[in-house]
Amino acid sequence: MAIPTDPLLVAASEAGEDVPPGVEELEVGGRGRLVLRRFLRRRLAVVGLVVLVVLFAFAFVGPFLSPWDHTSKDFAAFLEPPSSRHWFGTTQIGQDVYAQTLRGLQKSLVIGLLTAFVSTGIAAVVGACAGYFGGWPDRVLMWVVDLLLVLPAFLVIAVLSPTFRGRSWLLFVVLLAGFSWMITARVVRGLALGLREREFVQAARFMGVPSMVIVFRHLLPNMASILIIDATLNVGGAILAETGLSYFGFGVQPPDVSLGTLIANGTRSALTFPWLFLFSGGLLVLTVLAVSFVGDGLRDALDPNAAAARAR
Amino acid sequence: MVRFLLRRFVGYLVLVLIATCLGYLLAASSLDPRSNFEGRNPPPPPESVDRVLSDLNINDKTPVLERFATWMGGVVRGDFGRTIGGEPVLDEMGRRIGVSLRLLLLASILGGALGVLVGVVGAVKQYRFSDHATTLFSFVTLATPVFLLAVLLKLGALQLNRAAGTTILYYTGEATPGLQGSWWQLAVDRVQHLVLPTLAIVLAQAAFYSRYQRNAMLDVLGSDFLRTAQAKGLRRRQALLKHGLRTALIPMATFFAYQFGLLLTGATFVEKIFGWHGMGEWFVDAVNGNDVNVVAAVTVFAAALVLVAGMLADLAHAALDPRVRIR
Repeated sequence: MAIPTDPLLVAASEAGEDVPPGVEELEVGGRGRLVLRRFLRRRLAVVGLVVLVVLFAFAFVGPFLSPWDHTSKDFAAFLEPPSSRHWFGTTQIGQDVYAQTLRGLQKSLVIGLLTAFVSTGIAAVVGACAGYFGGWPDRVLMWVVDLLLVLPAFLVIAVLSPTFRGRSWLLFVVLLAGFSWMITARVVRGLALGLREREFVQAARFMGVPSMVIVFRHLLPNMASILIIDATLNVGGAILAETGLSYFGFGVQPPDVSLGTLIANGTRSALTFPWLFLFSGGLLVLTVLAVSFVGDGLRDALDPNAAAARAR
Repeated sequence: MVRFLLRRFVGYLVLVLIATCLGYLLAASSLDPRSNFEGRNPPPPPESVDRVLSDLNINDKTPVLERFATWMGGVVRGDFGRTIGGEPVLDEMGRRIGVSLRLLLLASILGGALGVLVGVVGAVKQYRFSDHATTLFSFVTLATPVFLLAVLLKLGALQLNRAAGTTILYYTGEATPGLQGSWWQLAVDRVQHLVLPTLAIVLAQAAFYSRYQRNAMLDVLGSDFLRTAQAKGLRRRQALLKHGLRTALIPMATFFAYQFGLLLTGATFVEKIFGWHGMGEWFVDAVNGNDVNVVAAVTVFAAALVLVAGMLADLAHAALDPRVRIR
C-alpha cells in the first residue's frame, strides 16, 4: 500500500497559488504543518508527549536536585519510608530510592529509544530489500524472519546473557534490537512490493540507478510515516522487554540499575515495604503508556488511511 | 485442504527442528557449567570435574558439535540427557509440563475469549462509555509488565484476605502442601491457588487481543457485505454474529499463534512470582545454574508450543475462511 497524496494538502497548495506571500505562510504550511495540526488535535497524544518530555527532564535533571547518588548509602537510614530526607525512602542497605529510580529511568529510557531506533532500521533495510529484489533474496530473508519468530526472543537473550555479563550495556541493546525487528520487516516488505511497480521507481531503474540507491532514496523515504510510527510504538515494547529481562538479572547488570532490576529488588518485600517498587513501577507504566499514546497520535496524524486511525 | 495443512505442517516442522538445534548450540556455547564446580570451596580436582562434565555431556573441552551430536542422538531416542544434578531431564520435564499446561491452557483460552468479547463489544458500541472504559483499561494493562501486574494482584489478594479475616486466595504454589481432606476440599484449595496466576495471564492476554479484535471488527462493520446481509432481512445481531464476527476472527487466528508461542515468556514471570514449579521457572533457574541440558529441553518445549499453536491457527483459519479450503 502506497501512501496516497493527501487531498487536503493538494487542495491547499492549489488554493495557495494566487495568495500574497505573507498570507500564504499562514494558510499553507505543507505536510509538516498539517501533520502537526492533526497531532495536536489528539488530546491524549499531546498529553503523552508532554508526559514523555517531563519524564526525560526528570530522569536527567532530577538526580541533581537530591544530595544522594544511586550508589551512595545512608547508614543512618535502613528501609525508611519516604520522608523529607529521602523522598522515595531507602532500601535495606540504605540506598536512596529516589536516586536509584531516576538512574533506572534514565537507563530504561535510553535503552528503549536506542533499541527501537536500531530495530526499525534493521526492519526497514531487510524488508525493503526483500520486497524490492524479490526472488531468492526475498525467500531467504523471509525464512530468517520466520525462524527468528519461532525462537522466543526472551529465551534467546536470557541464554546469551552470560556472554554479555560484565560487558557494555550497548551489547544488550544490539541483542534486543536484533530480536525485535521481524514483524515490522514483514510489513515493510509488503509496502516495498507495492512501491516497486510505481512509475518513479521504474523510471529510476531504467535510468540505471543502482538497486541499493533505489532502496534507500526511493523506497524508504516513501514509507517514512510507517517507519516513524513503528519506531515510536517499538519504544514501549523495547522498554518492556528490557525491564522484563533485567527483572531476572538477564539484562542490565549491577551495580548499574534499570527500572526492571529495581522492581525485581523491590518486589521481594513488596507486601511490607511498597515504596521499594511502587515508584519505579509507576514510572514504568507511565512511560510505556505515554509512548503508546504518542505512537497512536502519530499514526493518526501521519497516516490517515491506516485501519487503526479509522478505528480509534 | 489436507494438502494445504500438510504443507504448512512440514514447514513448521523444519523451522522448529532448526530452532531446536540453534537453541541447543546457543545454550551449549553460552552457558558455563564448569563455573558451578570451580566456585566450590574447597575446589574439586579438575580431573573429577572433567569426568562429571563429560559424563553429563556438558564438558566445554569437547567440541560443541560433538556434544550436539551426542545430545541429538539422545533426543531422537527420547532421552533429553540429565540435569546438572544428575537426574534425568525427561522425568522432571513431564512433571513440569503438566504444571505449566494447567496454568497456561485455561488462562490462554479464557484470555482469548475475553479479549474477543471485549473487542467486539467495544467495536459495536464504538465511542460509548463502555468502549472508552475498556480501551483505557487495555492500554493501561498493556503498559504494565506481567511481573508488575502479578505483584499488584498479590498485594490486592493480601488486602482481600485481611478484609475477609481468612485466606480466600493463596499466592504461593499450586496447592497447599500436605493438605488432607475430601476431593472437594482439595479441589477448592487448588482453585484458590489458581485464581491469581490465571488472572495475571488472562488480563494481559485479553488486553492484547481486545485491541486487535476491536480494529478487525470495526473494519468489518463498515463493509458492504454486512449491509447486504441486513438488507436481505437478517437482524443486526444475526448479521453481526454470522457474517461479521466470523470474518473479523480470521486475522485473530494468526495473532493467537504468535501469542501462544510467546506465552512461555509470560509464564516465566507468573510461575516465578507465584511459586509454581513449571517450565518457565525451570528455564530461569537453569540459565542461572548453567544447566545446558535443561535449557535445551525448555527450548524444545517452546518450539513445540509454536508448532502446535501454528497448526491450530491454520486449522481455525481453514474452518473460518472457505477460500483456504478450496486451495
